[in-house]
Order: sequence, then structure tokens, then C-alpha cells
Amino acid sequence: MAKVVMENLSKHFGEVKAVKDFDLEIPDKEFVVLVGPSGCGKTTTLRMVAGLEDITAGNIYIDDKVVNHLPPKDRDIAMVFQNYALYPHMTVYQNMAFGLTLRKFPKDEIDQRVREAAEILNIGELLQRKPKALSGGQRQRVAVGRAIVRKPKVFLFDEPLSNLDAKLRVQMRVELKKLHERLQTTIIYVTHDQVEAMTMGDRIVVMKDGLKQQVGAPLELYFHPANKFVAGFIGSPAMNFVEGELHSEKGGIFFQSAGFKLRIPEDKAARLKNYPEKRVIFGIRPEDLPEAPCTVPGETFDVVVEVMEPLGSEVFLDVKAGDQSLIARADPNTKAKPHVKLCLQPTMENMQFFDIRDEKALL
Amino acid sequence: MHESIWGKFVRFYLPLAVFIIFLLFPFYWMVNTSFKPMKELYNLKLNPFYVHNPTLDNIRVLFFETIFLRWMYNTFFVAILSTAVSLGTSLLAAYAIQRLKFKTSGPTGLAIFFGYLIPPTILFIPLATIIFKLKLWDSLWSLVLTYPTFLIPFCTWLLMGYFKSIPKEMEECAMIDGASRLRVFWSIIIPLSLPGIFSAGIFAFTLSWNEFLYALSFISTTESKTVPIGLVTELVRGDVYHWGPLMTGALLASLPVALVYSFFVEHYVAGLTGALKE
Repeated sequence: MAKVVMENLSKHFGEVKAVKDFDLEIPDKEFVVLVGPSGCGKTTTLRMVAGLEDITAGNIYIDDKVVNHLPPKDRDIAMVFQNYALYPHMTVYQNMAFGLTLRKFPKDEIDQRVREAAEILNIGELLQRKPKALSGGQRQRVAVGRAIVRKPKVFLFDEPLSNLDAKLRVQMRVELKKLHERLQTTIIYVTHDQVEAMTMGDRIVVMKDGLKQQVGAPLELYFHPANKFVAGFIGSPAMNFVEGELHSEKGGIFFQSAGFKLRIPEDKAARLKNYPEKRVIFGIRPEDLPEAPCTVPGETFDVVVEVMEPLGSEVFLDVKAGDQSLIARADPNTKAKPHVKLCLQPTMENMQFFDIRDEKALL
Repeated sequence: MHESIWGKFVRFYLPLAVFIIFLLFPFYWMVNTSFKPMKELYNLKLNPFYVHNPTLDNIRVLFFETIFLRWMYNTFFVAILSTAVSLGTSLLAAYAIQRLKFKTSGPTGLAIFFGYLIPPTILFIPLATIIFKLKLWDSLWSLVLTYPTFLIPFCTWLLMGYFKSIPKEMEECAMIDGASRLRVFWSIIIPLSLPGIFSAGIFAFTLSWNEFLYALSFISTTESKTVPIGLVTELVRGDVYHWGPLMTGALLASLPVALVYSFFVEHYVAGLTGALKE
């Protein structure tokens, strides 16, 4: 049970600044996901919390206590690594008991805790096996089991699911979430997979180039991204971005790009009043580009379907508006065909505008 | 595709047979010579590949006219001690260079490697001075002390490669689990590097067992000699080579090394290829 606070955290590897001025407050029992592309500093941040990496500047508190110079073993944390890092020369039981043995727990308590954890994770019958006799999924469970027997204040997960196949990953995602509910412990979870972040986290921290981009609940990030990077990173397929210009005409403010022209709803247009530039980046998610009958210009625009990607429950259409490529999500019963013209009517309530220079959200 | 017996014979068994004959011939020659009387050895008219009048006289000469067993004991003593000292030192050195990542760890590793490249024929002169000043001249301890000069660089180099193959996360996980650096070394690194430690140990043992130059330079009393020196200095009298006892001695001296290799061959191979299997 612990609160974790990071304050102006920085980490430099020589000239490379891996993490810059990182601030984050994680309340007790929260499941926080650090997500970002590789090299964004998320793992480095996690390793600093674990004590595996020295801090260049800033502070880390666990339960209001500064832990900057505390060795990993005294921080009361447990970590699950991407490659599981099971000790190959020990049985599953010994692997799970190792930490408790080092901490000089009585034998019967070790036994009780290991069996309890094994039962939670459904690995009771594997206890006497060596790691090499386990499948990837089983190894993953043992690694988690080794972490939970210690009942630490904070769990740290470093891309724990990325070595599993897709099906198992979905299953473990659910199990880890259940485990969090059951254990009620603070979890910091690092992943590059935005689906994992969206489905598991109470809150998500999106990082890029060592900088925190946005912190928020999954849907907050989805519907109100702070900048173009977050908008593009969260959601799959990614949001469509189109560069264009804003025009005042009679009837309102219009967005004009090479491929199409759209009228901006009045409430949104009002918020763009103070934007000094003409050029702007327009963003719209694939599901906000439904097919529609071709009506008034400014409400719909026509595109040519290039490729169709049927997934069963939905179809993704790769379309071209002028020379601008877009992805639209369509109903599986769509009449669309490759190389045939089609009209799309953007759901303008959900669109985004981003500053052409700093790419920050304007709405 | 099914390979015919003849195909397999030509491609596999025949080369294998040639290879085995090539490797075992010296041993055959040693055994052969060991049981031949002196007269037969120097008789060029007889078939040299066959013993016509087998004799045990060579063995008698070796065991009763020289102190061969004492030399064997000396060699064991020096080989085991210097191997132990070198392994202990190299384990710590290799771990420090590979994992503690201090500023000069890279250059230190390289310097140790270059140390190995300095030939003993250059080193034995300054070493002799040191041995003399330490008053270890003509003592087996002079060898226990000097053998690590070439064993440690070699073992360190080999173990560094082995340690590199152990995932760092395993150590980090143990540290989070509550282990100190020393505990990690003892409970994780050592058990996982056993194949590497075995091969380094076997190699060190063999090198010290066969060492010739330092033993020849630093030891002069017959009682303190090691097998390689004892055989050559005591069984070559003037310009007379006592081939029979010489070969018997060489054969017996090669047995311990051959045994060590055959028992640990699997570990040895795993150790050299640095393969850590999960």
C-alpha cells in the first residue's frame, strides 16, 4: 500500500537525456501505465523507481519517504521483467521462495505464501519444475508469482506481455487486471502497446523523447488528446491527420485542404478565434468518418476507396481524398468497393485541430 | 531424403576414422614404446608398429630408478593449487570487469588480454629475479605463484565471455528480491556459470600440468621437479635417450588430463560456446 511520487526526475546517459523533468504522483492502489514508443524513457523511469538506475536529478518518494539512494532491496518493490528473468537453476518453488528466503521468513510462512500465490496463478502443479520445462505463458505466471509472494508496496511491470503470442497476451491482460483488483496494490506498468495501456490502466502516462506528453484516464486521452503525438499514438488504426487552412466565408469558418472542404461547427469555431495562423492540422479518427449520401459540400466529401481491410466486425477502408490518404471505419455490410467513389461525412463533434507549429491541441 | 549406408560411410565414418587414427596414434606409439625392450627399439629391421618381446622393464626403471611418483605428486600439488588460486581471482576479476562497469573496465579487460599475449620466454627472466628475492627459489611455491601469471588472464577472459551471456535482468531481479551483490554472485552467477568455471578450470589445470619453462628455470632439486621436467632431465642422460621409460612416463602423465577431459567434456563444450540454456 503505497503512494509513489516522482518529482522533476531526470536521467542522463552521458550526452543523451533519457528522461527530462518527469513529474508524476501515483496514489495508493492505482494502476498506472507508462506508454510510448521505444526510446521514450518509460523503462528508464521504471528502473529509477526500482533503484536499478541512478537518478541524475529530482526525487522519488515511496510513501512520502525519499528513496533516491536506497538500494533496490530496501524499497519494498517487486518487478516483473520482459524476459521474465527466472533463475534457470532453481525450480519454480525455489524461484518464488528466493526473495522470502533472503528476507529470512520462517519456512512454513514461505511455504504458505508460495502455495497461495501458485493457486492464484494456477501454477500449483508446476512448482517442482525448472523454468526450461515451462511454456512462455507459464514462465510469465511464475514471474508474476515471484513478485506477489513478497507482498510488496509497489509492483513494477516492464513490458511483461510482449514476449507472449497475441492470444495469450489478451488473456494475461485480463488476469493481471483481476490480480490488481484482488491485491489492491499500486502498480506501475510499462508498455509500448497502446491497447494494453488503454485496457489495463486506471491512468495512462504517454511519453515521448523523455518528456511526459499527457497524463489521464484512458478515454480522456482518447477523446481529449493534448497534442498530435498523443492523438496519433492512442487508438488503432491511428487518427487521420490532414494539413490545411482555415477560411472565413459566409456561413461560418471552413477548413480547406487539398482534398476536401469542411464547415466547422460554431462552438468549435469560436474556440479557434484566437488562433493566429491560417494553416492548421485537422485530426479525425477512422470511426468518425462514416459513409453518407453525398449532400451539401462542406458537410461531406468524396473519396476513392483504394484497399478494403475486412475484420469481420468492421471494415477499414483505405481511401484517398485528392492525394490525401485516410482510413475510415465502415460497417461490415458496406457497399464500398475498391476503386469506386464514395462519400464520407465526418462527425465534426469529435474532430481535433492541432497547432501547425507546436502540434498542441487547439480545441 | 534417405542417405544410403555407403554415402554415410564416405561422408561421415571414413573421415571420422581418419581423424581418430590421427589423434590416437601418438598414444599408440607411447604404449607401443613403453613395452619394448631397448634392443628392439634400436633394431631397424623389425616392424616398429608391433612389440615382439614385450617387457615391463621400462616401468620398473621409471618407478624404481627415478622418483616418478614424487614428480606426479609435485605436479598435482602445483596444478591444483595454481588452478584454484587463478579461478578464485579470475571469477572476481571477470565479474567486476563485466558487470560493475567502472570507468576503466573496458581497458582493464583489454590489458588483461594483452597480458596473456606476453610470451613466458620473455617473462621468466624478471620473474626469476622476483622468485629469488622472495626466497622461493627451488621451491614448488615458486610455480604456484608464477603459473597464475598466465592462468589468470586466460581464465578471466574466458569467464568474462561467459558472464556476458547471463541476462542482466536475472541479477537485477535478485537484487530487488533482496540479495546483496555478493549474494547475487554466489547464488545466481556461480551456479549459472558452472560450465564456464569447469572449462576455465580444466584449461588452467592442463596448462599448469604441462608447463615446462618456468618449472625448468625455477626448480633444480630432483625431489622438487614436476613430471615434464623430471622426465626430460633425469631420463635423458647425456646424449642417451631412455625412450622406453620416457614414453611410459609421458603416457602415465597424460592420463589425469585425459580423464579430466573425458569426464567434463559436455561442460567443457558448453563453457567454451558460452551457451546458457534456460
